[in-house]
Amino acid sequence: MSFQAPDIDYAGLSPVIALTAGLCVVLLAGLVGRERQRWVVSGLAIVVLATAAGLLIWQWGANKDLVEGALRLDDLAIAISLMVVTAAAFAVPLLLREPAAEERHGDILALLLCSTLGMVLLAQAQNLISLFVSLELLSVPLYVMCGAALRRASSLESGLKYLIVGSVGSATLLYGLAFIYGASGSTDFAAIARGIADRGLAEDPLVLIGIALAVTGLAFKVSLAPFHQWTPDVYEGAPTPVTAFMSVATKAAAFCVFVRLFEVALEPSVDTWQPALAAVAVVSMLIGNIGALGQDSLKRLLGYSGVAQGGYIAVGLVVAIQNGLESLVFYLAAYTLMNLAAFAVITIRERDTPFGDDIRAVEGLGGERPELAWPLTISMLALAGLPGTTGFIGKLFLIEAAVEGDYTWLGVAIVVGTMISLAYYLRVLAAVWMRPAATPVAGEKAPAIAGGAPEADVVAVTPPRGTRCMLIIVPTIVVAAATVVFGIYPDPLVDWASEAGESLGLVL
Amino acid sequence: MIQVLLWAPVVVGLVCFVVPRQGIRAVSVAGALGVLVLGIVLVAGFDTDTAGLQHPVDEEWIPDLGVRYQLGVDGISVFLVLLTTLLWSAATLYSAFRPPERPRSYFFMLGLAETGVLGAFVAQDLLLFVLFFDLMLIPFYFLVGQWGGRDRVAATLKMVVYTLVGSLLMLVAAIATAILVSEQTGELSFSLSYLQANVLSEGSQYWIFWFFAAAFLVKMPAFLVHGWMPDAYRAMPIPVIAVFSGVLAKVGAYGFLRVVLPTFPDATTEFQEVVMVIALASIVYGSVMAFTQTNVRLVAGFSSLAQLGFITLGIFALRPDGADGAVLQMVNHGLVVAPTFLIIGLLAERSGTEDLREMGGMAMRAPVLAALFLIVTLATLAMPGSSNFIGEFFILIGTFQSKLVYAVIALIGTPLAAFYAIRLYQRTMHNRLPDGVESREISLRDGLVLGSLVACIVALALYPGLILERGEASVEEVLQPEVVANE
Repeated sequence: MSFQAPDIDYAGLSPVIALTAGLCVVLLAGLVGRERQRWVVSGLAIVVLATAAGLLIWQWGANKDLVEGALRLDDLAIAISLMVVTAAAFAVPLLLREPAAEERHGDILALLLCSTLGMVLLAQAQNLISLFVSLELLSVPLYVMCGAALRRASSLESGLKYLIVGSVGSATLLYGLAFIYGASGSTDFAAIARGIADRGLAEDPLVLIGIALAVTGLAFKVSLAPFHQWTPDVYEGAPTPVTAFMSVATKAAAFCVFVRLFEVALEPSVDTWQPALAAVAVVSMLIGNIGALGQDSLKRLLGYSGVAQGGYIAVGLVVAIQNGLESLVFYLAAYTLMNLAAFAVITIRERDTPFGDDIRAVEGLGGERPELAWPLTISMLALAGLPGTTGFIGKLFLIEAAVEGDYTWLGVAIVVGTMISLAYYLRVLAAVWMRPAATPVAGEKAPAIAGGAPEADVVAVTPPRGTRCMLIIVPTIVVAAATVVFGIYPDPLVDWASEAGESLGLVL
Repeated sequence: MIQVLLWAPVVVGLVCFVVPRQGIRAVSVAGALGVLVLGIVLVAGFDTDTAGLQHPVDEEWIPDLGVRYQLGVDGISVFLVLLTTLLWSAATLYSAFRPPERPRSYFFMLGLAETGVLGAFVAQDLLLFVLFFDLMLIPFYFLVGQWGGRDRVAATLKMVVYTLVGSLLMLVAAIATAILVSEQTGELSFSLSYLQANVLSEGSQYWIFWFFAAAFLVKMPAFLVHGWMPDAYRAMPIPVIAVFSGVLAKVGAYGFLRVVLPTFPDATTEFQEVVMVIALASIVYGSVMAFTQTNVRLVAGFSSLAQLGFITLGIFALRPDGADGAVLQMVNHGLVVAPTFLIIGLLAERSGTEDLREMGGMAMRAPVLAALFLIVTLATLAMPGSSNFIGEFFILIGTFQSKLVYAVIALIGTPLAAFYAIRLYQRTMHNRLPDGVESREISLRDGLVLGSLVACIVALALYPGLILERGEASVEEVLQPEVVANE
């Protein structure tokens, strides 16, 4: 009797291995030397992310099952993972001078890499167990990172709120997955589809309850209305670089698993969940866009805008079978680029002005700091879907997919949502270009720090003026430029998205 | 060549960001004039005999969506292109003599706007047209919002929301058109010639027609959807308002000719009278408002609204004569309204007010300015001998042929135009010179800008055939389906 060693595909697992090893190294590097710690760990984190990205690109086109089918490394997973890694790499320089990190950069960056690892795994998950484990792996570090600014009550509140709401979402999802397992008798996505189809359970209450709970749980994660209430609060309270990362990366990874679970495992019940998801998409667009209208806090505004954008992306999910998947991937990529630029500008202004993330912080930016004003402008125009940007092309793809998939009314809903959204995106632009720089009123204090604890206020330092941090500005300009370039010449991004979309084998 | 013409303005605008501060104005003026020369070359080399596209460009852009990068000019668009380059040169010169704050962004935005407008005129792919139609709004948002007058932020927001709502609906309609056609034929394409060769079923045409019509009517603006116009016109800087009212308003009318008439012939015939009623309402309402306004900009603005009513009427007469006249009138109106606004700018500089009641006597020491203004005024009111007269004449002939009653009502607009145009001239130029108003002759530089525009008016009055001859063949082609339906 001989022992049969399991066949391990190291090449396919290499991005995951690189991230795991890298996060251990970063965590350990954080323990030594306090003086240069910040630079050392940031550099290491960038190296780790670059390695992971390189390995992911190397595996492009591989399309194979890993770990006995628990994971699937296909172009869709790689495309989503690349977005996640980009967002993480973008967050590293943003965190460099983050007051919340307070000499604990090693910890923060290790958490960031851990969350990234969870997202990369989630994008590949092809099994209920690996889905849930990687979802938790990405969420838990995020709870901690949201509460990282220990001296700010709102940050602690944000972390706690995210923890509680996120756990409820996870529990709901888990409950739903249990129902699906109970009905189909399998945890593997393809086997679930077969099980449901063979037993004729597509309309069975057991499966339907499972679907309803799974939609709810995942909708919590991607913040689709009506499960979005946590989003603005958590976005506002969390340190801005963390918000930047989670607003795009979580969304990309969770939408990827949304696609796999529903388009592969629950495909037999497509007639049931399609209208339900369509309704969720429309509600998200409406609530997100209307909620953003009166917001003075830019992070809350982008939080609500993220809910609305999630609604647009969900349209791609609804009609994924009819080439909507390509539009979903394209829009996620576009969303990653444009949202990161906006958050980077907010991060810098938060440190430069006493207004925090209030809209007054960007007033007069056009005359004062054009190198920040232009990326923010491009980002807002792209989010509003104006031509010349990827946002326009992305919406075009989504609307066309919707019309082609016999969901014309979803296309109209996107347009109506866009109209409402103009009011708040243009309001930001009006502040940037058409108002003089705001001056703090005498006696007005910087936002309260430390939740009123006097001993902590002593430590509080006034934010440094005129942060000319090239390490943030250069990547910001790069993503903004990419938004315009791919808006005029979208071919490469379209090809990339359609390859990713086709890899799931839905397009017949 | 058409590519260079299209992209040169925005490239020049980008160059403004890298040249030293004192060179910005020279670069942008040179760029605008260079584009004007290209426009003249385009017209000079235009082949009068064919109705087809000239200088066609056809390349893949987004193959997955069936969107092509298709450009070209025909008899309808070629003069609108020339008008655009001409008015932009005038506006750029006028701005260069009055250096704005932050000149780099200003001239960049102006260039981007020109590219957007030219793109809408030369696009031969429906989606490309929609894209440029939306794109041109962005620079105007910034131009008005940053360099405008009082209440500019609210005004610019109102303008953008009004017009973008229209054009986003148009986007959905465009996508729906292409997909519905592809369901019949199996090929997804936004190319206008393809969509016109495979006409939609009547039922779909009916709703899609209104989506497009809404976008175009808002842009013009027409009566009932003109709510953004007064605020925006009050807030715009003078050179911007000159090109806006001179060219952007025409894009709406052009859209009817280029997209709606040939692509949705059944709906056009069905709703012909509805649109004509809107056009008549615009004529009467615009004329009456122009007669009662006291703000000089709004006098010109509402007169524009009335003129656009005439143009729409000519197009929807669905007769070659009417449409011919409409094409001519589009150019005519652009040529008269832009100098009107530039003169209004000069008058406001001299009197420090834009209220008609506080102006007057300006002609005293400024005979040249008064003479230029008089020519523009006479052209505005379509004096026999002016090219506007010929344009209106053709429009009315076309309308008489198709709907007699509408033509009779439209005739009222003609004397009303004389009322408001002469009132504007008299109140500003004649009467006693009020205190605080200075009668000063036009400076040589401004005289150069205005003089050349007026020279174009005069030239066109002498030889309107320049446009009519070249437009005829294309207009007939556009109207082909409707003419067949009428017979």
